[in-house]
Amino acid sequence: MSETFTHRTPRARITAVTSGKGGVGKTFVSANLAAALAKRGERVLVLDADLGLANLDVVLNLYPKITLHDVFTGKNRLEDAIVPVAGGFSVLLAGSGMVEYSRLTPEVRDQLLATVEAVTPQFDRVLLDTGAGISDVVLYTISLAHEVLVVTTPEPTAMTDAYATIKVLATTQGRRSLQLVVNQVLKPGEGRTIRAQLQQVIDRYVSPSLEAPVTLDYLGDVPVDPAVREAVQRRELLLEVYPGTPAAQAILALAARIAARIAA
Amino acid sequence: MLFRAAAQSPTARLTLTLSATPASADPLPPSGAPAPAARVLKLEAALSLLSQSGHDLPVGEPGSAAWLQGLIDALCELSSRDALTGLANRRHFEMVLAREIDRVARAGEPALLLLLDIDHFKRVNDSHGHAAGDLVLKAVAEALLECVRPMDTVARIGGEEFAIVLPNCSPAFGPMVAERVRTKVERRPVLIGLTEKISVTVSLGGAFAPQWVRSNVRLWLERADLQLYSAKASGRNRSIFEPAVVSMVTAEEKGLLFSTSQFDDPSDESRDSHA
Repeated sequence: MSETFTHRTPRARITAVTSGKGGVGKTFVSANLAAALAKRGERVLVLDADLGLANLDVVLNLYPKITLHDVFTGKNRLEDAIVPVAGGFSVLLAGSGMVEYSRLTPEVRDQLLATVEAVTPQFDRVLLDTGAGISDVVLYTISLAHEVLVVTTPEPTAMTDAYATIKVLATTQGRRSLQLVVNQVLKPGEGRTIRAQLQQVIDRYVSPSLEAPVTLDYLGDVPVDPAVREAVQRRELLLEVYPGTPAAQAILALAARIAARIAA
Repeated sequence: MLFRAAAQSPTARLTLTLSATPASADPLPPSGAPAPAARVLKLEAALSLLSQSGHDLPVGEPGSAAWLQGLIDALCELSSRDALTGLANRRHFEMVLAREIDRVARAGEPALLLLLDIDHFKRVNDSHGHAAGDLVLKAVAEALLECVRPMDTVARIGGEEFAIVLPNCSPAFGPMVAERVRTKVERRPVLIGLTEKISVTVSLGGAFAPQWVRSNVRLWLERADLQLYSAKASGRNRSIFEPAVVSMVTAEEKGLLFSTSQFDDPSDESRDSHA
């Protein structure tokens, strides 16, 4: 009677990283969080599930020869598309030509499910970097994950879209706990304030119609940091090129909290 | 029918002793030494349950595999039905719902769950007696069955609460079915005495299973129940459906989201204490 694949515990923990709004640093957070978790000894895979507009390759400066597209079309084997990267983790890139997969046809659904099923035995954690928005592809991808990590920024539009995403996931997937990361905060404590704002609206407008309340599991925030911009422009991992900066330290702290959630 | 079946299965066979050889070969053991306890099936309760509920008794040679299969099938059927109305009971309904969720997750077919409740049913019982209440329940059950396709499941899931599971039901079709049910019940007075007739109405709440997503029974019920509650709260004798997409953020929600009162409020810290 589980609503996701939560009974497959010996396999990787699957975390969907989503945001509602694009441009909040979702892929940046996914990639650097993967590097931070890898530093903690986890075998991590980032799966670029943004099938329509994939950009994990851009963030990591990769020019993949074999992508998910080739796997989906049967041109290559799945294991050949899993690429180890500098951060000590692996990626599975969507690649270009995936536009035809941006609609949730039965084929896309089966392919996604088969891919996620096939990779989980080889890793401790799989991060599903979803596309922006709450399309049926995004919702389906999220339904494959044990937990959901919502990335937002203090921008009102980002907060609104994060809230809409949380609302949809709570009502359609029965999610009662969602992890929250607030990216690009300007001052210490801002992430907690954003979290309180979101939780307040959830308590008032979402939870009352459900059997159990929805709680945001606040993982922390990442400060605005010139090093992030620098790393993104160089198309390298922040954790690799500027590991000592405040933003990099914040990401390491997020990884520590995520690891503690599993241990608990 | 019942008597004929009973005559074919004399009471002597109510306790059936299984031999080591296949049951169909020789269902009765040689007289003499009693069979080990584990091989003795006491079927009296099962058979009297069937005959008391008006069910046909299994056909064939008592003790044969076919006869035992018939008995098991009849018991399964009995345990999935509501005794009063003959509709699916809650147990069977939840099984159907779980099966449907699986299908929706695999095939993406839209499936609808309708929950309905007889309006002011307590008044019927209070002013006309429970026998009249039972007649009303039966009449509503009949009306529901007339409104659905053979593939749909109609169940009585509580006192005066019913449910209909409609597989492969398009979103446009849902409200039509609900209205058909509502008007059918409303226009069918129930004869509760020699001449006395009463009319009842129903409220309905509907929710579609989220396509492609592996949901669960509790959640789907909860969503449909919420709509049923809205139908009751907004005056009864109506059907309300869950809005197709709940991703819209209302002005009220935005107002609260960006209200400044919570900013820099030190009491926020308590909420984060578990994090």
